Amino acid sequence: MSAASTAEAPFVAKTKVGRFTDFVDERVGGSGILREFGRKVFPDHWSFMFGEVALYSFVILLMSGTFLTFFFDPSMAETHYQGSYTPLYNVEMSVAYNSSLNISFDVRGGLFMRQVHHWAALLFVASLGVHMLRVFFTGAFRKPREMNWVVGGVLLILAMAAGFTGYSLPDDLLSGNGLRIIDGVIKSIPVVGTYISFFLFGGEFPGTAIIGRLYVLHILLVPALILLMIVIHLFMVVVHKHTQYPGPGRNDGNVVGYPLGPVYAAKAGGFFFIVFGVIALMAAAFTINPIWNYGPYDPSPVSAGTQPDWYIGFVDGALRLMPGVVNDFHFEYVIFGQTLTLNVLLPALVPAGIIFTVLFTYPWIERWITKDNREHHVLDRPRNAPTRTAIGVAGFTWYCVMWAAAGSDLIATHFMVSLNDVTYWLRALFFVGPIIAFVVTKRVALALQRKDREISLHGRETGRIVRLPHGEFIEVHAPLDEYKQYKLVGFESPAPIPAQPNEHGVVTRKEKRRAALSKWFFEDRVAPATPAEVEAAHSHGHHEAIEGTEQKSLSH
Amino acid sequence: MGNHSDGSPNHSGTVATAGQNDVEKFQDPGLPPHRLRLADTDPKAAKRAERQVAILFGVSIVGTLIFLGAYFAIDLGVDSTIATIRNQNLLLGLGTAFAMLGIGTGIVHWAKALMPDHEVSEERHAIRTEEDRQAAVRIVDDIVEETGIKRRPLIRNTLLGAVALAPLPAIAVFGDLGPRPDDKLAHTMWAPKDGKLKRLTRDPDGTPIKASDVTIGSAFHVIPEGLNELHEGKLNEKAKAVVLLMRLNPDSLKITPGREDWSYNGIVAYSKICTHVGCPVALYEQQTHHLLCPCHQSTFDLTQECKVIFGPASRPLPQLPIAVDAEGYLVATSDFKEPVGPSYWERDEHERRINS
Repeated sequence: MSAASTAEAPFVAKTKVGRFTDFVDERVGGSGILREFGRKVFPDHWSFMFGEVALYSFVILLMSGTFLTFFFDPSMAETHYQGSYTPLYNVEMSVAYNSSLNISFDVRGGLFMRQVHHWAALLFVASLGVHMLRVFFTGAFRKPREMNWVVGGVLLILAMAAGFTGYSLPDDLLSGNGLRIIDGVIKSIPVVGTYISFFLFGGEFPGTAIIGRLYVLHILLVPALILLMIVIHLFMVVVHKHTQYPGPGRNDGNVVGYPLGPVYAAKAGGFFFIVFGVIALMAAAFTINPIWNYGPYDPSPVSAGTQPDWYIGFVDGALRLMPGVVNDFHFEYVIFGQTLTLNVLLPALVPAGIIFTVLFTYPWIERWITKDNREHHVLDRPRNAPTRTAIGVAGFTWYCVMWAAAGSDLIATHFMVSLNDVTYWLRALFFVGPIIAFVVTKRVALALQRKDREISLHGRETGRIVRLPHGEFIEVHAPLDEYKQYKLVGFESPAPIPAQPNEHGVVTRKEKRRAALSKWFFEDRVAPATPAEVEAAHSHGHHEAIEGTEQKSLSH
Repeated sequence: MGNHSDGSPNHSGTVATAGQNDVEKFQDPGLPPHRLRLADTDPKAAKRAERQVAILFGVSIVGTLIFLGAYFAIDLGVDSTIATIRNQNLLLGLGTAFAMLGIGTGIVHWAKALMPDHEVSEERHAIRTEEDRQAAVRIVDDIVEETGIKRRPLIRNTLLGAVALAPLPAIAVFGDLGPRPDDKLAHTMWAPKDGKLKRLTRDPDGTPIKASDVTIGSAFHVIPEGLNELHEGKLNEKAKAVVLLMRLNPDSLKITPGREDWSYNGIVAYSKICTHVGCPVALYEQQTHHLLCPCHQSTFDLTQECKVIFGPASRPLPQLPIAVDAEGYLVATSDFKEPVGPSYWERDEHERRINS
């Protein structure tokens, strides 16, 4: 790997790879890039892999998707199935469904490619979601990374769009009912809904245009946008350099980790093959979306227990939770002679709208409340930002309640409970779940902080029980080494910032609101132990004199 | 937890120690000392790791061979069964999985066990320098100045106007993505054609249904006569016209005034398209006379003219007025008296027009 040293000229490279690199460099001049990146340092942590999983799933989606386009025909013209799956022989269906069946049964390896594609898509959205949770709970979205957080949010929306457009393409019964639901939701939009529905479907539902149109979006527009966003995302990762977890030797001014070449590149590159291998294993062993069981789309039948792909679940669940009629109040009513369908409009748009609005604006909200305009490159341990962690878990709980509601019928049949009761409970949880989650999470985070504080003050429990001369039993605590100690105490615990006057000497109402939020954000806090406190804790605890020698090593 | 044998109150530290300065903080001890791996000190261990990596790469080669074997040896001929396809899928998948996991785990093991694992520290640099910033601001100022856009508001304003209007053709073009809705959603195939009433026929084969075939407690999935003969827009019509036909004890039906002649001997027909977002309301609970939509669990009570009793739907299922023709077959006496399916902005307007 003499590549990095090609920057210095004139010289003769020692290895073949080096000479080749030199050849390319003399013609296109990439040595500056190599010098910058060849040994660039990346911090290492298992939780940094979720973003990589997303990236690699996307690469696998591009590869398997390209294969599928060679055989898929998005036409909705009528045809009669003549392929080798006998249960559907001679059944009338669209050309799109016909070609999806052919890919599954008559193209060698086609079923495998379909399964790889679908599993990779599910994993893509899942890993994006988990990656964003990691970024949120560790505070990685703080300055200077707010814009990259927004790009990530856009990627999440695009991923869901890619998923839904792809899910609808085979034109099977299940995906057709999914489109039917989308059509119903679009029609509920005031004033323009009917028009949008007619434009999208090229006339009445289902029409003969929708599959072809979704196909263009699915294979051209959406992936191109995803690719563009990924490029922007990674570009910004390079500009900012990666964040790192707190620990000894790590601060906002440095980045500690492995150099890109060779060890980090090997680990990350090897990880691509591992992701691919795991997806291949799932595609080999677990059937996903067996379209041949569902049959071609027909507006009349529907199977019980219909489920969307998991990432659309929270919207579907919200649709299920919303009551259409409460006592005698109908959520659909006539206003100025026109129909307003709030029982569809509210659940379809409001929860998703709230989730994404909060997601996109959260970095600025927190920055406003905390007045923290510094750059952050060291992550927070979630427990050390209890209010943020509680907000995140509350939002996540809200999402999960809606997501669970999308399976309300399956919950009812599996656990032999009344479907109506499941819905009533989930409706209640929709409102109180996030509140409970917030309170519990905040208390857990504070308790963990207190535990850290106790350990940093009194050392770790050794499990050794000692009987003192006067008969008392105590457990001996051993002090931590300075590196572990620093991990527990090396964090900031900001105090609430009271309202401050502006340049005219006036405390504005907005500033007062900010101060109130700041108090709410920071009033419950556990300060890290200071050296003086540790000193004091050791001198008052006379029983610890047993561990006298170890104690001395700590009071440096 | 703390063991305070003297019973003194535990200082939980929940109270802020305001203004922590650097003296009160622990100093960063720096990176912990590097710990050597077994492979760094023991050449035997390094050799072993090398062999393990090679074996993993070997597994990958075996995986590729499994894939190729499964691809060429298993033929998807005319007489291939589902079992053949499933086996081939399994072997292709396992082959790929071995091929990929072999390479992946091999490289990662190589990196972790044999490549240098010294963590290094690199300085972060400011995203921009103050010098760059000032130069950039100057450049932007100069560019704006050279265009003269501030001094020539006429140019600026006409440009803004032109740019604002330019997307209009695009919107106009998109307006032709589909036809205007007009009142297409207000009508279905059930409307009598040339004075001839449409028979209720079975879905999907299209055979007509005699009133005497419909016993109490039975349910039929119904399409209008002539649907199967359509070629253009068959699914569009079906998506509006599908109906559920059921017979109940006539005494259990609560009939509102004006609908007395919409049913026949306890036989009632309701639109199968849910008034929520349009899924087929395909589940009929015979005992309770409830219709349930499997998509979002809207529940309709058949005895109360399909009033919503649970779930997200807000409007009853539209009823199809039916009667019996001279040959004893069930027919629709008219189209639905309201638009079927999910609600839309112009729905009430359409309903009023139908009934006027």
